[in-house]
Amino acid sequence: MERLRLATIWLGGCSGCHMSFLDLDEWLFELAQHIDLVYSPLADVKEYPEHVDVALVEGAVANEDNLHLIRQVRERTRLLVAFGDCAVTGNVTALRNPLGAPEALLHTIYVERAEIAGRMPHAPGIVPRLLDKVYPVHKIVPVDVYLPGCPPPAPRIRALLEQIIAGGDIRLTGRDMIKFG
Amino acid sequence: MDLSELLAIAEHENAMRRPICIRCCTALGCQSAGALSVKQRLEEAVAEVDRTDIEVLGVGCMGLCGHGPLVRVDPVGILYEHVRAADAPSIIAALDGGEATAPQGDLQHPFFTLQKRIVLENSGIIDPERIESYIAAGGYQALYHVLHEMTPAEVIDVVTRSGLRGRGGAGYPTGLKWATVAKSHGDRKYVVCNADEGDPGAFMDRSIIESDPHKVLEGMAIAAYAVGADQGYVYVRAEYPLAIQRLQRAIAQARRFGLLGAQIFDAGFTFRIDIRVGAGAFVCGEETALMASIEGRRGTPRPRPPYPAESGLWGRPTLVNNVETFANIPPIIRNGAEWFASIGAETSKGTKVFALTGKIRHTGLIEVPMGVTLRQIVEDMGGGVPEGRVKAVQTGGPSGGCIPAALLDTPVDYESLQRVGSIMGSGGMVVMDDSTNMVDVARFYMEFCKDESCGKCIPCRAGTAQMLHMLDLIRSGQATAADLARLEQLCMMVKETSLCGLGQSAPNPVLSTMKYFREEYEALVRG
Amino acid sequence: MAARTFTINDQLISAREGETILQAAREHGIFIPTLCYLDGVSAVGACRLCLVEIEGSRMLRPACVTPVVEEMVVRTDTERLREYRRMIIELLFAERNHICAVCVANGHCELQDLAIAVGMDHVRFDYAFPRCDVDISHPLFGIDHNRCVLCTRCVRVCDEVEGVHTWDVAGRGADARVITDMRQPWGEARTCTSCGKCVLACPTGAIFRRGATVGEMERDRNKIAYIVAAREQRW
Ligand SMILES: Cc1cc2nc3c(=O)[nH]c(=O)nc-3n(C[C@H](O)[C@H](O)[C@H](O)COP(=O)(O)O)c2cc1C
Ligand code: SF4
Ligand code: SF4
Ligand code: SF4
Ligand code: SF4
Ligand code: FES
Ligand code: FES
Repeated sequence: MERLRLATIWLGGCSGCHMSFLDLDEWLFELAQHIDLVYSPLADVKEYPEHVDVALVEGAVANEDNLHLIRQVRERTRLLVAFGDCAVTGNVTALRNPLGAPEALLHTIYVERAEIAGRMPHAPGIVPRLLDKVYPVHKIVPVDVYLPGCPPPAPRIRALLEQIIAGGDIRLTGRDMIKFG
Repeated sequence: MDLSELLAIAEHENAMRRPICIRCCTALGCQSAGALSVKQRLEEAVAEVDRTDIEVLGVGCMGLCGHGPLVRVDPVGILYEHVRAADAPSIIAALDGGEATAPQGDLQHPFFTLQKRIVLENSGIIDPERIESYIAAGGYQALYHVLHEMTPAEVIDVVTRSGLRGRGGAGYPTGLKWATVAKSHGDRKYVVCNADEGDPGAFMDRSIIESDPHKVLEGMAIAAYAVGADQGYVYVRAEYPLAIQRLQRAIAQARRFGLLGAQIFDAGFTFRIDIRVGAGAFVCGEETALMASIEGRRGTPRPRPPYPAESGLWGRPTLVNNVETFANIPPIIRNGAEWFASIGAETSKGTKVFALTGKIRHTGLIEVPMGVTLRQIVEDMGGGVPEGRVKAVQTGGPSGGCIPAALLDTPVDYESLQRVGSIMGSGGMVVMDDSTNMVDVARFYMEFCKDESCGKCIPCRAGTAQMLHMLDLIRSGQATAADLARLEQLCMMVKETSLCGLGQSAPNPVLSTMKYFREEYEALVRG
Repeated sequence: MAARTFTINDQLISAREGETILQAAREHGIFIPTLCYLDGVSAVGACRLCLVEIEGSRMLRPACVTPVVEEMVVRTDTERLREYRRMIIELLFAERNHICAVCVANGHCELQDLAIAVGMDHVRFDYAFPRCDVDISHPLFGIDHNRCVLCTRCVRVCDEVEGVHTWDVAGRGADARVITDMRQPWGEARTCTSCGKCVLACPTGAIFRRGATVGEMERDRNKIAYIVAAREQRW
């Protein structure tokens, strides 16, 4: 069988989903027999490659970098998995949404509430601009599979990857697979 | 009070009539255009020329509200439109061949001649503030007749055979409802008149009450006798101060004349009516929410069954009918079931009052026999749209749908309107011309429903908010074809799962515009 | 008491006269999702999750308030019902801010359970992200409107069982909120006896015991029915 080209992406999230992925422990060795990890925060690849089979996308779309990357990911990937609650719902990353526009929020945090000499973060080209709101991934690009959980527990990730490796329709149901939180 | 006294009042009132009668509309539409000062100036002008053969009468709505203030001179039959107080002396002078400075209306226009006035028979004719004026027009004779010459079962039989259906929107057979209440057991029963009238643009019920309040009271009393109730409530919204004031006055007068209260017409029948003023929530027009509101609770609907006819106010059998439904009762008793059943269409008998508004020459209130076509109403009576062409007609308000111009030959009856994806509703009719965007129309009604949803059930509360949001996405060009499909699916869900009629019908304006004007939606979506 | 026989999903069921479809179904182990229903307080038929199809009826009927009728043919699990239920749950998640990961009820929440039951792996509607208050003025309890689904179980249990009617609903539509007394902070609501019944009744993380942290709000909802039964039968 041909090896799957797997990517993992870290958008607006806490990296907890990636940690949970690492919790797969020794099963990772088994996984390694079926996949090539072609892009990941865990691997040092700068450019998102072409012809990716599966992408696990952690995090919500919160800033312009996220936006750019997720569009690229969608273009170059066959099966896009919204990986974890932030990607699926916005979750903790989207906690800022009810509070209004990002500028006002940044001002509150970095200027008004600053203990010493607060100033607005400003580093063009280094710190990406925040979007007006935080979006779940499927609001920006079509998503093929949703894997909820904050983070998705390792067995849940494994169950999904096993389904993907086995090929055929992917069906996630029941508390073990789709419970949020 | 007995019949001879009643007839004596009528006779006396008629004897007081002067040869020339100048009727000045003092219903809300004309009042807000300055009718009260017109009336005052007319009275002064009559006094100035010292003419005792002329009387000036404040009357109810004449229908052509968009051209008010209206003044009508009888018996010559001249209608003046847009009358200003300054026109008054010239109107009096015109009786002797002078030239009136106010523009004349055309009483032979189809707007008037195609009408059939049953509910509005006294509107614009009698003085709604004087019970004598109603009695002189034959008022309260039907009640006398019922109390002395008919059993409750006979009354219900007449109403049933008349074919009258509820005018509050759903068109439930009135006789059947009365029979159910009559059959239901309870230590007390109630009659409720639903005058909440919350549809945007609708003012039929307000106008009926402002123009002929006693007719509604008489209809309620007849109903109370038929079903065995001794207490009635009229539920009116607080936004109708003039209607409330005229009702209060009418109830007080009727009580003083012994036509409400204990021992009406000495027939062993007691019936009292109180007014309950609602805070103007659309949902409080829904009968179970209305009853909760009367009981002093938060006005939210509850699941039916049980229907109010079995378990209504304070758990007792309660008859809830619309203002116009009650107003049909005295004429039906007076003229008989067969007379009423001979008017109108096969399954929809009698007439219907419509508030004709929108992009049309003659706006106002009309009463037409069921079965006339929308085209007759819009083109003949309404005079068509001023510029461009008719695009659609909206009936039934936020619960109804948009009927495209191609279907203007649809007859106005309950079933036909439903077949084309709208409803009769309570009588709002909005004409739209080809400058109207139908997605905007759908959005307008959806916003109304979202604001008026009581919030009790999830499909309506969250569904209307979501549908409104999706319509906005569509309008701003951010939606895809998939979103359009999802909106349609959501519409079906809200329609089939909502608790009360508000949610169940909230998707109708979207569904009907999607059905007939889909290209306008598609032009706005991408991909 | 007269017995009624009817079918649910082709299964022959017998029920007592006056029983609702929901009661009969539960007695026979047939699952019908519910949210606003709570044993021990009156049923209001508001959440619409328990809607079922009844042969010969055009309308869907709420099982929690529809009495069983002899020879009725009921379906609880058709394609249409499954789709509608999922949409209703999605609407709830989109309406307020449900962030299970940081919610006191995580893992013990009826809404979360329902989402799993209807197979909701994501919400297809846009989230509204409304700004909602949290009231922790009461010394023992708190209410987080971000998590409230307006089921009115708190309202009914406080009124019908505790008998003090501290809770009610104010506002319309999306602006509707449960309130304490005349919209005072809960801590200033003089009628509240701090009995904790609303805390037991709440299906979500909206009403919580103060000090409870993520996932700690477990509650025994059967207690309400137990209290009511105990009172009615004067044990
Ligand atoms: C949201 C909603 C609003 C309603 N508003 C009114 C109203 O303003 N006036 C009215 O007569 N009926 C209204 N109805 C219909 C009433 O529930 C009820 O059917 C009617 O008053 C019965 O009278 P009828 O049989 O004479 O039509 C409304 C129904 C719904 C669902
Ligand atoms: S359909 Fe709307 S108005 Fe009617 S009960 Fe439900 S939320 Fe309230
Ligand atoms: S109330 Fe339930 S569904 Fe909502 S956030 Fe808390 S656990 Fe999740
Ligand atoms: S603690 Fe008891 S009295 Fe207080 S609001 Fe809750 S149910 Fe009502
Ligand atoms: S606070 Fe809890 S019990 Fe009360 S309405 Fe909200 S979700 Fe229901
Ligand atoms: S209000 Fe005067 S004609 Fe209608
Ligand atoms: S449980 Fe029946 S409607 Fe909520």
